[in-house]
Amino acid sequence: MLEFRTVSQISGPLLFVENVENAGYNEVVEITLPNGEKKSGQVLDTRKGLAIVQVFGPTTGIDLPNTTVRFKGDIVRIPVSDEMLGRIFDGLGNPRDGGGPLLSKERQEIVGYAINPYSREEPAEFIQTGISAIDGMNTLVRGQKLPIFSGSGLPHNDIAAQIARQSKVLGEGENFAVVFAAMGITNEEAHFFINDFRNTGAFERTVMFLNLASDPSMERILTPRMALTAAEFLAFERDLHVLVILTDMTNYCEALREISASREEVPGRRGYPGYMYTDLSTIYERAGKIKGKKGSVTQFPILTMPGDDITHPIPDLTGYITEGQIVLSRDLFHKNIYPPIDVLLSLSRLMNQGIGKGKTREDHRGVADQLYSAYARGRDLRNLSAIVGEGALTPEDRQFLKFADEFEKRFIGQGRDEDRSITETLDLGWELFAMIPETELKRVKKEFIERYGRRFRQ
Amino acid sequence: MGVVYRVSGPVVIAKDVENAKMFDVVYVGEERLIGEIIRIIGNNSTIQVYEDTSGLRPGEPVVNTSKPLSVELGPGLLRSIYDGIQRPLPVLKEKSGEFIRRGVFANALDEKAEWEFVPSVKPGDTVNSGSIIGYVQESQIIKTRIMVPYGIRGAVKDIYSGKFTVNDTVGIVNTTNGEIKLTMKEYWSVRFPRPYKEKLPPQIPMITGQRVIDTFFTIAKGGTACVIGPFGSGKTVIQHQLAKWSDTDVVVYVGCGERGNEMTEVLVTFPELIDPKTKGPLMDRTVLIANTSNMPVAAREASVYTAITIAEYFRDMGYDVSLMADSTSRWAEAMREISGRLEEMPGEEGYPAYLSRRLAEFYERAGRVVTLNDQLGSVTVVGAVSPPGGDTSEPVSQGTLRLTKVFWALDASLANRRHFPSVNWLASYSLYHSTIKEWFEKNISKEWNMMRDRAMAILQQEEELQQIVQLVGPDALPDKERIILDTAKMLREDYLQQSAFDDVDTYCSLKKQHMMLKTILNYHDLSLKFVSSGVSLKSILGMKVRERISRMKEIREEMIAEIENINREMEDEFKSLGVA
Repeated sequence: MLEFRTVSQISGPLLFVENVENAGYNEVVEITLPNGEKKSGQVLDTRKGLAIVQVFGPTTGIDLPNTTVRFKGDIVRIPVSDEMLGRIFDGLGNPRDGGGPLLSKERQEIVGYAINPYSREEPAEFIQTGISAIDGMNTLVRGQKLPIFSGSGLPHNDIAAQIARQSKVLGEGENFAVVFAAMGITNEEAHFFINDFRNTGAFERTVMFLNLASDPSMERILTPRMALTAAEFLAFERDLHVLVILTDMTNYCEALREISASREEVPGRRGYPGYMYTDLSTIYERAGKIKGKKGSVTQFPILTMPGDDITHPIPDLTGYITEGQIVLSRDLFHKNIYPPIDVLLSLSRLMNQGIGKGKTREDHRGVADQLYSAYARGRDLRNLSAIVGEGALTPEDRQFLKFADEFEKRFIGQGRDEDRSITETLDLGWELFAMIPETELKRVKKEFIERYGRRFRQ
Repeated sequence: MGVVYRVSGPVVIAKDVENAKMFDVVYVGEERLIGEIIRIIGNNSTIQVYEDTSGLRPGEPVVNTSKPLSVELGPGLLRSIYDGIQRPLPVLKEKSGEFIRRGVFANALDEKAEWEFVPSVKPGDTVNSGSIIGYVQESQIIKTRIMVPYGIRGAVKDIYSGKFTVNDTVGIVNTTNGEIKLTMKEYWSVRFPRPYKEKLPPQIPMITGQRVIDTFFTIAKGGTACVIGPFGSGKTVIQHQLAKWSDTDVVVYVGCGERGNEMTEVLVTFPELIDPKTKGPLMDRTVLIANTSNMPVAAREASVYTAITIAEYFRDMGYDVSLMADSTSRWAEAMREISGRLEEMPGEEGYPAYLSRRLAEFYERAGRVVTLNDQLGSVTVVGAVSPPGGDTSEPVSQGTLRLTKVFWALDASLANRRHFPSVNWLASYSLYHSTIKEWFEKNISKEWNMMRDRAMAILQQEEELQQIVQLVGPDALPDKERIILDTAKMLREDYLQQSAFDDVDTYCSLKKQHMMLKTILNYHDLSLKFVSSGVSLKSILGMKVRERISRMKEIREEMIAEIENINREMEDEFKSLGVA
């Protein structure tokens, strides 16, 4: 290992180290400050005679003449083992819970390799979250990446915790684990999750990586990769079904922008770097199932849309990579509906693989489509009646208007601890269909109306 | 031998690379990562590397292959799945496990597989570049025709028949430069279009079985189309539907910077599907290229060229080929990322100034041609564009719209209410209608073009009427206009909407499209006629046959005569309403 005391320039989080012959790209370095304090960093650009190093954490106290930089000859790795479960680490993978370091010889690169598309197994197992708006209309399957698009002040944490608590695959035992990565969230939010996992007994099956709002933003770049490396280990080497919660991806993207700006790169939209799509994909694409392996990685990233704007680059690029999205609505939140999921904007791309006969129920697709179309019609009519008055609507239109209200209250709305089975969810759909004329039920097959809907219609 | 001087992400600068020429393929570092020379300044070659460069150090060796980035063409392409630089993914899996590691080399064509070669020339025949010397029956439906590689002409000295691998000699040609041995394999540099004799105007529609496309926004064989839409609007589903049901002989599907699970879906579903035209498995005519978003960005840039070169190869055998590229935006972003690393002066939104030239070069490789061996072949290109925030004023959308003749505008508001395919009928267009008009008149019906125009007119009138309804409510409209609203709703829900996931509705033949459209227009005419003779609108809206019409799409192809019955029932029910 080589040590250098040749820092020639410090610019933002970047150190320029001279006379370095052959630093490896992405190689890890250890920086020793004049006062003996140690920091870590990573090589971002290397050439004969110069290495540009990105420092994790603040650069306070780093000087030119006395700071030493040691190149460790390897890229970033973390130790992985079964002992990770029940532990809390910081954003760089060091213990944060007062416990000792992990005793494991196995250290894995945190930059994950892409899963060969040919090795992937198609995600097709239905995960019952107990939340009707998700199970019924935006079904989650094992190995999917389904983000929550939220806004500041909306109850995304409650929903994520409820999903972590209630998720189960029908007819299977408890070989699951939760990996939780916090990026720039507040101490209070982190405690909410820790307490929730403790109270429900899930803590022993959880690995937490916490980079809080007060921690260095540069570390945020590594935190999700640490978490996903741990998740891949648990899933593909220990056969567990891992649910990964990443929150808040907006903070991650801001850290990415900060580094890009300090490297004086050409900015893309709203100052975010042009490679943000590729960068995010190296996080999100680490969800999935692999042929011949028992475990799976399911991702639940959370992001807050700045200004509730779904066209902002962060939700936009995320939506292009993930397999759908769950969008929260401020309107529903103000109406006191929990969870305030706007089903029209939400989507699960893998839903079809996970539902239907033998998986959920044969009428699932039809019920979901019918709920969408009837609710969309009701919402349109709501806008219309705001202008022309309810009196100008036809009686049939008024039925749809009423349907939309009831649908929001009873189908979307449910308790924070209410765990609905998929049968309850679908039957609730049929119960609501009783409010609209049978001739309008075009999206469901006739035989299903007889089999599942008849008993709710007088 | 060259050595690495600088590493910055996928861009590497090397010194002293032997005989460095632009676009030479090089092996970089101890791990022999594959790269391509994209700039030469003095002694320094800039290389874009197709694999992750983590751990690469200055001083490591760089070896020049002195060959441009090429694809291997020959029997064995069909049913394959490749990465962006034509490495077969199943072989990568064998060599490096479930994850794609660095520095793995794999031949594109299986060198051990033996193919039955049937010659079609005899000794003494004169052959030219592109001449067909024989074929391999590669699948039930596709004969891979073996052609003389470009630049070779002369007299056949020897030609063999029997089982050969792609490296075995199957013939010998006497040329002015001496004897040349021919194998079934040839190489082509991906950045150069393959030659042809002549380009012809596209005059035959490519039938996709998707009603909104075939009826309203038709694409021609050899034409170009773009499908533009924000995330969740169904771009990928449309591309998959085209790959499944297009009536072309060969389909090349490139997943460029998209999701891994989507490629898996193709791999799982295609082998189970049957081509409605040939009744063979769909996979037998398909070549897949998967360079997912997290695979190296430089290989993503190359993937589109790899795909179109393979498409041109099958075109040159005289086949109709369609190429689906999902998504060209990710390809453009790969260009932007590499351009940024090269510190080039950026154009609009950080994209390189040569973006629109590259787009044009790509779409110009589509076309219906007379091949070098005097056959007719075509490459149809359908590119998906994913505009940031759904805003089509961005450079990739705009650059593409200037080039493609068909535009399918996907609409988030339609998608949100689950109107699929979410092709907006007011914003989309096809410029092929005038050239393929005659084909429809000859093959479907004389009235086809008129019917389409009428249906479109009703949809346009609806849009205008909706604006009035928004102000005064539907009750204020006269009955005639309410009938227009009613028919337009029928067109939207019972004709334009089509479920890709329904066993029957996923594919709709032109014949069925014609019958369905005729029924709806017939209904429209009768409604107008009866309402003007005094029948109440309410009794028309309460007719039983309306439900039968709404379920026409569920009728199986072999039962479509049933639609005639619906027409009869409809006429009877109208008569039972009284007057007219």
